[in-house]
Amino acid sequence: MKLTLSWLKEHLDTDADVQTIADKLTSIGLEVESITDAGAALNDFTVAEIVTAEKHPNADKLRLCVVNAGDAQPLQIVCGAPNARAGIKVVLARPGTVIPASGETLKIGAIRGVESRGMMCSARELNLGQDHDGIIELDAKAKVGTKAAQALASMGLLNTDPVLEVSITPNRGDAASVWGIARDLAAAGLGKLKTEKVQPVAGKFPSPKKITLDFAPEEKNACPIFAGRLIRGVKNGPAPKWVQDRFKSVGMKSISALVDVTNLVAQDRGRPLHVFDADRLSGNLSARMAKDHEQVLALDGKTYVLDAQTVVIADDSFARGIAGVMGGEDTGCSLETVNVFLESAWFDPARVARAGRKLGIISDARYRFERGVDPQFVLPGLELATQLILEWCGGEASDVVIAGELPPPHKHIEFNPALVETLGGMKIPRAEVIRILEGLGFTVLPHDTLHVTPPSWRHDVDGPADLVEEVMRIHGLAGVASTALPRTHAVAKPVLTGGQRRARTVRRTLAARGFNECVSFSFIARDQAKLFGGGDDARQLANPIASDLDALRPSLLPSLLAAAGRNAAHGIGEMMLFEVGPAFQGGTPGAQSLNVAGIIVGDAARDWLKSGHAADVFDAKSAMLAALDAAMNGAPPVSEGAPNWFHPGRSGKAALGPKEVGAFGEIHPRILAAFDLKMPVAGFEINLDALPEAKAKSKARPLFTPSPYQAISRDFAFVVDQNVAADAIVKAARSAERALIESITLFDVYQGKGVAEGKKSVAIAVRLQPKDKTLTEAEIEAVAQKIVAGVMKATNATLRS
Amino acid sequence: MSDLGKLQSELLARITAATDEAALEALRVEALGKKGSISELLKTLGSISPEERKVRGPALNGLRDAVADAIAGRKAQLGDAALDARLKSETVDVSLPPRPTAQGSVHPISQVLEEITAIFADMGFAVAEGPDVEFDDYNFTKLNIPPNHPARQMQDTFYMSGGEVGKEANVLRTHTSPVQVRTMLAQKPPIRVISPGRAYRVDSDATHSPMFHQVEALVVDRGIHLGHLKWTIEEFCKAFFEIDAIELRARPSFFPFTEPSLEWDMRCDRSVPGQIKFGQGNDWLELGGSGMVNPKVLSGCGIDPAQYSGFAFGFGLDRMAMLKYAIPDIRGFFESDIRWLKHYGFAALDIPTLYGGLSK
Repeated sequence: MKLTLSWLKEHLDTDADVQTIADKLTSIGLEVESITDAGAALNDFTVAEIVTAEKHPNADKLRLCVVNAGDAQPLQIVCGAPNARAGIKVVLARPGTVIPASGETLKIGAIRGVESRGMMCSARELNLGQDHDGIIELDAKAKVGTKAAQALASMGLLNTDPVLEVSITPNRGDAASVWGIARDLAAAGLGKLKTEKVQPVAGKFPSPKKITLDFAPEEKNACPIFAGRLIRGVKNGPAPKWVQDRFKSVGMKSISALVDVTNLVAQDRGRPLHVFDADRLSGNLSARMAKDHEQVLALDGKTYVLDAQTVVIADDSFARGIAGVMGGEDTGCSLETVNVFLESAWFDPARVARAGRKLGIISDARYRFERGVDPQFVLPGLELATQLILEWCGGEASDVVIAGELPPPHKHIEFNPALVETLGGMKIPRAEVIRILEGLGFTVLPHDTLHVTPPSWRHDVDGPADLVEEVMRIHGLAGVASTALPRTHAVAKPVLTGGQRRARTVRRTLAARGFNECVSFSFIARDQAKLFGGGDDARQLANPIASDLDALRPSLLPSLLAAAGRNAAHGIGEMMLFEVGPAFQGGTPGAQSLNVAGIIVGDAARDWLKSGHAADVFDAKSAMLAALDAAMNGAPPVSEGAPNWFHPGRSGKAALGPKEVGAFGEIHPRILAAFDLKMPVAGFEINLDALPEAKAKSKARPLFTPSPYQAISRDFAFVVDQNVAADAIVKAARSAERALIESITLFDVYQGKGVAEGKKSVAIAVRLQPKDKTLTEAEIEAVAQKIVAGVMKATNATLRS
Repeated sequence: MSDLGKLQSELLARITAATDEAALEALRVEALGKKGSISELLKTLGSISPEERKVRGPALNGLRDAVADAIAGRKAQLGDAALDARLKSETVDVSLPPRPTAQGSVHPISQVLEEITAIFADMGFAVAEGPDVEFDDYNFTKLNIPPNHPARQMQDTFYMSGGEVGKEANVLRTHTSPVQVRTMLAQKPPIRVISPGRAYRVDSDATHSPMFHQVEALVVDRGIHLGHLKWTIEEFCKAFFEIDAIELRARPSFFPFTEPSLEWDMRCDRSVPGQIKFGQGNDWLELGGSGMVNPKVLSGCGIDPAQYSGFAFGFGLDRMAMLKYAIPDIRGFFESDIRWLKHYGFAALDIPTLYGGLSK
């Protein structure tokens, strides 16, 4: 909502300057987004006169001017403008002045070897238009040495009236007018409201057009009142110059006198109106619900197809306008219009909002109707517009015709002024509360509590909390005293849930292992989602922001793989990325899990020590186990059977009983191809929500009991079928001797010369830790025999000779 | 005696001249071995007179000890020299780079959320979470956002496919406020929670991303008023920005779920382009919206507004990270550009604490 200072002062008697007014507006909830003060921007420019203008000694197209700026000494200025000549008054910028168009500070310069101590400006250089053919020639009466802004304004080249742009919150339809803003400022003590009451215009004849409301009983609130009158014998043309100027300064378009009347009343008083060319209407007017698929050709030249929930204004033949949103093209006023039908009605904000939204129409009428306009101003608005039409276009007005009736006034609100303190935290005397509310147009009947009735234009106020807000915003919020919340515990208690702690620990564990944390969008391309078990209709967005962000991600891995691709495009081929975030199993609330996924990307890093290796399944397994260990203090068993986006022979899953909690492996080559990744990638993903809550444990650690007896280590090499899981050998060895074995390390797997085709050799080191005596050679040999026998039995192994 | 003196000087000279351990060992055997020259001489002691023995015995023992000491000394010398030579041969170029290790990092959003959590936990706030896909009812209706409210438009809100928009169609939550609804439905006052998380709006430019992060705070108890809200925001800002001299300004505003509604600005200095200094200057920085929980929202969530009141406020987590750590563009947060992650990310062990400081 834009307005100029002078426009505001038509409604508000105030001496306050524009900055004071802007600060006050912001402090009462009508936030000023910008102040444009064209005059102030030209404060440093003054009027000067060219005394002489000679050809520049070194340039044909330049002139060497002697300029009288009102100083004792004239200035020498080099000027390239063709109209620079002796005797004209000009706009002078002295060195140090910032030129508005370029933003540059003018310096004393030497142009083709001649010093120039200033600049004479063109309209474009001052942001006053596109004219750059020459410098501005001021009126001969302009006084040398005075501010150029005055002279420019008197010539109509500059609007010195500051323009305010005010942001109106959706609840404040009443403030979407100059009058409404003035009303709030007056209530806030920044002047006196001086808007005059609108006087009705007596009708000279009965309106030949009748109007009706044609609604089913349950739809009556769509348009409770509809009024109008005919004005005959008008002459349409351009609106008066002052209206055109005013519109221009607030960014409105001047169309014609008749249309401008409606736009002026809307902007000035917040009352949208419509003018029909009465001769283009067939028969009478009614407000009604549209028929399904009924069409309207609107003023923007587009045809809209309506549904049965849209309110229209119709004549006897067709719908002629979308109520509260936009009028119709066929029946609008043109310069030929002679008889005009002026309409003023009140439409249900919800229906207007719905229609505007559904049809995608943004209009000033919709802006106001959907925020709620004052129903009591339906008739005064009509009268004011009548006056203006008669004044600007002549003609004579009919009687006013009205269908329906004004909605009943607001009910009063029981308001205990103490609520200002108990809810608002500010002590404001009862008398001041009453003064503020009355200043805003509320009716206040003092009882024990106050009976407060909002004015007709404040439909947004319907409870005591709203009144607290009204009182506080006008009184000012600076007085709210900070009040400490009581401390619930002397020493703060931990607040994180088990799951929150788990996510935090996993995150920092992976970061410590060299992974970089990403945060990616929850939505990805449907094609990519399909590769990871998603991409169904349930997880599809109805209105994605882009076609490649249209599906909720079923897994975090596609987000990370896409990131790897983007990084690869920057020439980064090795990386470790991870994310902790939601994966979606469906499109309903709760059908999601908190996952952690990571990827290890790339070939062996180029390293003179050759310590690296290409990303492989065991990198992924290591990271997954580390993350699981951080999350649940241990790790569930791992087996084959990862999802099909992993390499089938180089992947695995971790499961707690039947519940899969994680998977790891090298990414399937087909998936890599789909993401256009040329380097090896291994990855893992864990569903953190599937992990058990950590059990509450005693804080006491088990006693540390180191054995005083020497531990010994024995190596064994077994030859087994190559499809025997190495883990089976370790398990069999462990279960062969539970008491003495402290740990088993698998240190070699070998296939090749010396081992039969189809077999592999697996070597383990078993560390024995006696608890109560040193082991003898015979005892050690006995344990070794048990281990060999156990492994042979379980895995059909032979000892490698 | 001169024969022993001669033998000693001859042996000592040869020991000094030995150049390796093997030569030294050969000398030891020759002199001190079972059949060595000194050993043989010692054997003769048994066959001489006691008087002679009194003189010859100590002389021979002295000779033996001197030779043994000389061998040991020379051996140590040779060992030291050999070690020196070995170490010299093992010298490497220490200017070579060590084995590479990957440098991991924590995303600024995670870091800032931990900072915020540390502050609010100290003030007794728990951390509440909720789903990203929400019921229209929880995201809008229960927050007093009526069906025709502009926020519900398709150009602002992401809807899931299936179901009519504004009715059964689920939304991607447009704020984390539905977590407040869930909290109030599940828990009786007193309530103190923050609800951080992802939020989604159909919006994309340098300062808006279709996905962003919010954190909201909710307090519901008896006797809660705007003064408590102001205090909480002030204390939070002081702790978060790690500046005592902050200055806040409240402006009346409008949110359907709060009444009265306020927006908060913080005094700052933006006179140097690309820089922002808090607690000084003549500019105001918008922090976020807040207000007293609308009585309609309380009663819609089963809390009696006659007995309880509450406040809520919310701000952008990404925005907080951008302000505190001078990160210029929100889009970088979600691009997973490893250069960005390493540049703006935090070390794994930079864990924010109140006792150690939230940031380095």
